[in-house]
Amino acid sequence: MEVCGTHTMSIYQHGIRQLLPKAVRLISGPGCPVCVTPISYVDQALAYARRPETIVATFGDMVRVPGSTSNLQREKATGADVRIVYSPLDAVSIAAKNPDKAVVFLGVGFETTAPTVAGSLLTAQQRGLQNYFILCAHKTMLAPMAALTSDPELQVDGYICPAHVSAVIGSEAYRPLVERYAVPCVVTGFEPLDMLRGIQMLVQQVMAGEAWVECEYRRIVKPAGNLKAQALLAQVFEPCAAEWRGLGVIPASGLRLRAAYQTFDAELALPLDVEPTKEHQGCCCGEILKGKLLPGACPLFRTLCTPEQPVGACMVSSEGTCAAEYKYGNV
Amino acid sequence: MVCLAQGAGDAEDAREDKLMCLAVPMKIAEIAAGTAICEVDGVRREASLMMLEEAAVGDYVLIHAGFALEKIDPFEAQKTLDLFREVLNAGGGPAF
Repeated sequence: MEVCGTHTMSIYQHGIRQLLPKAVRLISGPGCPVCVTPISYVDQALAYARRPETIVATFGDMVRVPGSTSNLQREKATGADVRIVYSPLDAVSIAAKNPDKAVVFLGVGFETTAPTVAGSLLTAQQRGLQNYFILCAHKTMLAPMAALTSDPELQVDGYICPAHVSAVIGSEAYRPLVERYAVPCVVTGFEPLDMLRGIQMLVQQVMAGEAWVECEYRRIVKPAGNLKAQALLAQVFEPCAAEWRGLGVIPASGLRLRAAYQTFDAELALPLDVEPTKEHQGCCCGEILKGKLLPGACPLFRTLCTPEQPVGACMVSSEGTCAAEYKYGNV
Repeated sequence: MVCLAQGAGDAEDAREDKLMCLAVPMKIAEIAAGTAICEVDGVRREASLMMLEEAAVGDYVLIHAGFALEKIDPFEAQKTLDLFREVLNAGGGPAF
């Protein structure tokens, strides 16, 4: 199983599945941060977008994700101030230029992205800004990997570990998972030959009946990871339970702002009412994120749910499994 | 430059689409006050060096969401390229 959306895309884009013998089955797990974000979070973001004197700043992936009744793109079309940024630091600049408005940044993403948001918060603090807030839904990878490994229905034989998450947490971070569940873990890069080499390493471990941590992506990933990024995470965030679309609430799988930084927490500083959550009828994103269903098994796939008119998040994000299957599946 | 993270052309996409999970290898051209000006294929942009222990002009770094996430280790990169060449040659396919 791969648990990184960029790996999912690489597998589809390069036709890796078709190159492998039938005995090797690649399963896409919950590796796309946009896809695992629950609808209730999108509804919260929509509520901030509708709030007067508020600017919602976000990575581009989030604007088309459907909430219960709307999405950010639609709100923007009807007058909401929604800004797409490349970096959370750009959102800090927006806050500096608009002192009379509250800027709410949508803090979504795994360990690769969370330190950049921590960095933006510290930058805003340094600049004395009091109008920069984070709607925090960051998540970490190890807890869901443990949850999926212990799911008897799935029987994951090995993990292609997320490449740039590993750049932050280090390849050694998977050692407890390997030791507890005897599941092979290989960190690999995104190029097609990286993928094939990583899969070969996993297959060799499975064939030998062994389980350990191997790293194919050594040009980027160090055993101990990026200590400065880890220090940023530890300074600003603390672990908390988090809701994952498809997987439910997993203890210690999310990050929330530490008490010292709560003035930056949008939920605490700018409380508001959010519409009740409505799940999308027939959408199988949850089962697809767990690797239990393939996109083709969802009744909405290619009919009611397409990249132009997405129903579920897995179709919206360019790294979602459904979007990848739609784009490359028939190759 | 042989691309050892994601496609170098993605730098342009980063400006247009501003997707979250995008990391682009770039070369540091200038450094001033904790910020690097990085370059790939004529595209230049700023990246914070907040997450790196040390960085110098000429280093290749992986840029993610406006931050240099990690330096690309030239020794390990060369070992990987050598392995790729070996695989390609063994399979009779084209070398780089």
